[in-house]
Amino acid sequence: MCDQTFMAATFGPCESCGKPSPLMNIYIKNEAINYCSFCVELMACQGLQSGESVASLKRECESLKKKLEEERGKLNDVELHQVADKIEVLGALAIKTRRVLKGHGNKVLCMDWCKDKRRLVSSSQDGKVIVWDGFTLSKENGISVPCTWVMACAYAPTGCAVACGGLDNKCSKAVAMHTNYVSGCTFTNSDNQILTSSGDGSCALWDVESGQLLQSFHGHTADVLSLDLAPSETGNTFVSGGCDKKANVWDMRSGQNIQSFESHVSDINCVKYYPSGDAFASASDDATCRFYDLRADREVAVYQKDSVIFGASTVDFSLSGRLLFAGYNDYTINVWDVLKGTRSSILFGHENRVSRVRVSPDGTALCSASWDHTLRIWA
Amino acid sequence: MAEGSKEQGGLSGADLEEDSPNMIVYRKIEDIVTRIQDEKAGGVSIRTVKSFLSKIPSVVSGKGDIVQWLIKNLNIEDPAEAIHLGSLIAAHGYIFPISDHVLTLKDDGTLYRFQSPYFWPSNCWEPENTDYAIYLCKRTMQNKARLELADYEAENLARLQRAFARKWEFIFMQAEAQVKIDRKKDKAERKILDSQERAFWDVHRPVPGCVNTTEMDIRKCRREKNPHRVKKSVYGVPDDGQSQPSPVLKISFLNIQLDRHCMKVSKVADSLMCYTEQFMEYDPFVSALEPSNPWVSDDVTFWDAEASKDPNQQRVKKWGFSLDEALKDPAGRDMFLKFLESEFSSENLRFWLAVQDLKQRPLQEVSSRAQEIWQEFLAEGAPSSINLDSHSYERTSQNLKDPGRYSYEDAQEHIFKLMKSDSYARFLRSNIYQDLLLARKKVSRTLQSLSLSAFWLFQGKSLTGKRLTGLMQSS
Repeated sequence: MCDQTFMAATFGPCESCGKPSPLMNIYIKNEAINYCSFCVELMACQGLQSGESVASLKRECESLKKKLEEERGKLNDVELHQVADKIEVLGALAIKTRRVLKGHGNKVLCMDWCKDKRRLVSSSQDGKVIVWDGFTLSKENGISVPCTWVMACAYAPTGCAVACGGLDNKCSKAVAMHTNYVSGCTFTNSDNQILTSSGDGSCALWDVESGQLLQSFHGHTADVLSLDLAPSETGNTFVSGGCDKKANVWDMRSGQNIQSFESHVSDINCVKYYPSGDAFASASDDATCRFYDLRADREVAVYQKDSVIFGASTVDFSLSGRLLFAGYNDYTINVWDVLKGTRSSILFGHENRVSRVRVSPDGTALCSASWDHTLRIWA
Repeated sequence: MAEGSKEQGGLSGADLEEDSPNMIVYRKIEDIVTRIQDEKAGGVSIRTVKSFLSKIPSVVSGKGDIVQWLIKNLNIEDPAEAIHLGSLIAAHGYIFPISDHVLTLKDDGTLYRFQSPYFWPSNCWEPENTDYAIYLCKRTMQNKARLELADYEAENLARLQRAFARKWEFIFMQAEAQVKIDRKKDKAERKILDSQERAFWDVHRPVPGCVNTTEMDIRKCRREKNPHRVKKSVYGVPDDGQSQPSPVLKISFLNIQLDRHCMKVSKVADSLMCYTEQFMEYDPFVSALEPSNPWVSDDVTFWDAEASKDPNQQRVKKWGFSLDEALKDPAGRDMFLKFLESEFSSENLRFWLAVQDLKQRPLQEVSSRAQEIWQEFLAEGAPSSINLDSHSYERTSQNLKDPGRYSYEDAQEHIFKLMKSDSYARFLRSNIYQDLLLARKKVSRTLQSLSLSAFWLFQGKSLTGKRLTGLMQSS
C-alpha cells in the first residue's frame, strides 16, 4: 500500500470527473486546470489536450527551466563569503581525538548520538550494532543484525530504542520495508515514527508500532543516500540527497517535493540542515560540499580545495552553524568555515575512509565512524 | 532552482556523468601524476640514481620531488597534507616506493617510481587468484634478491598451492613461460617492469594490515558492474521513461517554483550570519565552555549544571532569541507555561503542546487523541477554549471528519503566530523572565515592593511577600 504522491494545493471537485479529491493544479498552455490524480494519469496516457504533444510539453518544460534560472539569477546579488568578510576570522581550532572506540570487527558505516549527549549507537559491515557510553568507552549493548552492511542506525529520542537498516531492505524489526537497501533512517520527534531513505529511490515515513507506511516520497530518479529532518519545532519538512545529484526538500504531510537543488556533479552522499533550518549542506563524490539556502532557493557556497580530490561522504554542523565538519574518502575530516568558505582545520587520525560524522546533541564533541573499524570522538 | 555546476579540475561535466565515484578520483589522480611526470610543464625530473654497484633507473624522491611538487601545484600550505595526499596516491597504486611493499609516501630520501598506465586502477582490473598464483610462482623461479618473497607472500603462495592443487601444473607452466619472455628484456627495463608489477599486486593483494584501496562502497557497486542499468520502478512500470518524471508533473513543479517568493542572497546571507553569530557563544567548538568541556577535561560539571533545575543565565538568554528556542528547552517551555498560567491564558500553549504530542503518537491512538483535543480546546463550551478565526475553525472541523496526525496543522500554525506576536513578547518583558535573565535574587525585590506598598496600603491588603510576587508577575 503506497500513497500516491503529487502536489496537492487544493481540495475540491475534479474538473474532469467531478469527484471531490485532492487536486493537481496543472498548467497546459498557460491555462490552469484542476484534475484529480486519476484523471491526470488518464490524460497523460490517452494522449494530450488539444494540439499538445510530448515534444511541445518538453519544450515548455525547458523554457520554464530557463525562466526559473533567470529569475533566480536576479537574486544572486552577492556571494555569501563576501558578506562574511566583515566577521572576524576564527582563531586556530584545537580539536584533537579525545576517545577511540574499538570493538567493531569490520567497517563502521553509521553512528548516531543519544539525546543524553554521551551515549551513541554504531553499526558495522559485519552486522553488529553496538551501543556505547562514549565518555567511559564502555559498550553497553551489542546486537547482531541478520544482514551485512548495516548502513543506517538511529537512536530514538527517549533513548529507549535503536533502529537500524541496510542490505536486508528493512529497518529494525521489519518496521520499514523497501525494495532495495536502506541507506538512512531517523526517528522523527518521537519514538513512534521513523523516516527512511532507500536505494529504491524513495523515502518513507513509518508508524513504528504497526509498521504501517504513513507517507511515501517519490521524485528522486536514483538511489537516495541520505536524509535529514528539519530542526524546527514547527517544521514538517526534511531534505534528502541521492545518486541523481539532486537534493530535494519534502513536505512530510503531503509527500510533496517542495524544492529541488541540482548543482553537484556527482552522487550526494549526505545532507544536513543548518541549525536554524533555513539552509542545508551536502557532501558529494565530486569532492565538494555545498551550502544551499531555502529562502533564496539556490546554492550559496561551495567548499572545495585543489588538494581535496576524494569524495566527501558525510557532513554535520557545529551548534552555531559556524563550522561544517566533513568526512572524506581520503581518511580525513575537513573543518570548513561555513560563512567565509575557507577551511579552518584538517583532522588526521583515521586509517581508512570516514563514513559518518555527527556532532553531539549539545555540540560539545564530534564523533566520526570509519572503515578502519573504529570510531573517534573529537573535541 | 540551483545553478549549474562549476568545473572540477579540468574535467568536463559529460565525463563525470558517466563515471562512477571511484573513476572520478582515479581521473583526478591521473591528471596529477601525468602533470608531475611532465618535466617540460614544471614536473619533476625522473632520473637514474647510482647505488653501490648498480644503477636505479627511473626514480624520483619522495620528499624532494613529489611532496614539493604537490605543495607548489595544489596550493597546499601544510606539508603534512601533501604527504597524506601523496600517500593516498601511492595507496591507490599510482606511485610506489622501489623497495617496500607498503604503499605510502614518506617524508625522507626514499625513492619512488611511477606506475605504468597499463596497471592503473582505472582500467578496472579485478585480478583472479590464479593470476596471483602465477605471479608468486614466477617470482620464486628467478634467482634475484630483489624478487624474494616477503613472509606474507610466502604464506599466500602456500595457501594458493593448497587451493589450486589440481591446477598447479598449469599455473607452473604459465609462470615458466612468463619467465622465459622476461629474460629476453633489457636489464634496466626488467627492473622497472618487475617493480611495477609488484606494485600492482601490492594494491590488489595488500600487505596484511594495510588498507585495501580497491574496496568499494557497496551502495555504488551496482553501477560499476552494470553502468546502463536503470533502476526498477516501485510501481512496476517498465524501465524506459521511469528515469524521468512525466513532463506534465515537471511543468507543474516548475510553475510552483516560479510562483515562489524568494529572497535575495544578500538578505539570506545577513540572516545566516546573524543566526550564527548569535549562537557562537554557545558553540563549544568556537567558544570556551564554563567550567570546561567534559570531553577534554574528563570533568562532567558542565553536564551536571545543564541538567539541574536552575538554568543558568546564558541558557535563559537563549529563550529570548525566538519562540522556537524557548519551546525547544523544557525549562523554557515550563517557564513560559507558568507565565501564561499566571495570566490565565495558558490554553494556547497547551493546545500547541497537545498537537505536537498528537503528531508523535502511534497511528492507532491518533483518532481518539484528535477527538480529545477537539473536546478540550475547540468544541462548544470547551474547558480550555482557544480563539481561532472562523476560516481555520471551519477547515479544522472539516479535517476532523477524517482525523489524522495533521488535522490541526492550520490551527496550530495560527496559534503559534498568535503566541509569538502576543504572549511571547510579554513573557520576555515579564518579571518572571527578566529575574532569571538578570539573575536577580529575591532579596532585591524589596526595592520594587516598596514602590507598590503604597498601592497595597490603600487597598488595605497586607504586605506579605507572596501577594506581592503574585501581583508583579502579572504586571
